[in-house]
Amino acid sequence: MNRGKPEPVQVIKQRRDAALEKLTASIPYLSYLDIRFERMGDELTARLPFDEKLIGNPALPALHGGVTGSFLEITAVIELTWSTLWDRMEGGGPEAAAIEAGEFPPLPKTIDFTIDYLRSGLPRDAYARARVNRSGRRYASVHVEAWQDNRSRLFAQATGHFLMPQPDG
Amino acid sequence: MDDQQKARIAQQFIEAIPHSRALGMEMVEISAGIATMKLAYDARFVGDPKTGVLAGGVVTALLDTCAGASVMAHPEVGAATATLDLRIDYMRAAEPERDLYAQAECYRVTRSVAFVRAIAYTDDKDRPVAAANGAFTVMSSAKGRSS
Repeated sequence: MNRGKPEPVQVIKQRRDAALEKLTASIPYLSYLDIRFERMGDELTARLPFDEKLIGNPALPALHGGVTGSFLEITAVIELTWSTLWDRMEGGGPEAAAIEAGEFPPLPKTIDFTIDYLRSGLPRDAYARARVNRSGRRYASVHVEAWQDNRSRLFAQATGHFLMPQPDG
Repeated sequence: MDDQQKARIAQQFIEAIPHSRALGMEMVEISAGIATMKLAYDARFVGDPKTGVLAGGVVTALLDTCAGASVMAHPEVGAATATLDLRIDYMRAAEPERDLYAQAECYRVTRSVAFVRAIAYTDDKDRPVAAANGAFTVMSSAKGRSS
């Protein structure tokens, strides 16, 4: 660990934001849904801007359950990947350089995902944050929560298990 | 209203859903409590650029829609439903470039809840990509069961 003069804040921010941008831009379905990630330190918040194509029930109207499920799952996968990248990115050396160049390890694979639909998704922006409850060498368990207007009034939550990418392939 | 009419109404409803249309979902077959749907492979829906495999969320969306369709087509359920809970087990990656299918069966309906199991597959139904179990809301009875 470099205990010398700390890096300028702009350099740190630029590096972290560029890595996040490269990671999210590499996933076509994430771009299709127009999901963005906002970062404060290592904490990520996903945002799903409302669009007519996300509607599942035109009569209410309400977001499609599949959209809500996708949003939760993508947030979980990105959070899990981000949390494993963070130490490498901050550790310097060849691993950090590879991440900066956009060379990410394979994404974790979803084993199972259980979605709890608490109330219907309104036709407006949605937000989500995931928490990695357990991250082992092979398996990880992630919980994710989504809300709209009020952070404390979740409209959906989910728990998923993931198979971590193995170094030997 | 007979079961066939009910299935037809469910089909029309499902085909009018903006998100299902955006993803290009099609109803293949629908009858009392059973639905089969298809989603054509599309590079925009890829979840892992290194493999070209569809995103898990796309599988979720198709399974959720197909499960909802099977509920709506069930003789004892009213015209509308909403997902309460959906669990998806991913058995393997969907082959790139292959169309994705889902088949759902609403196997039990109580006064308030409809229970569904569903699978998603590409070429071989016996080697599913994913399996799902879901619980859906039941509003009222199409056959006028007293509540």
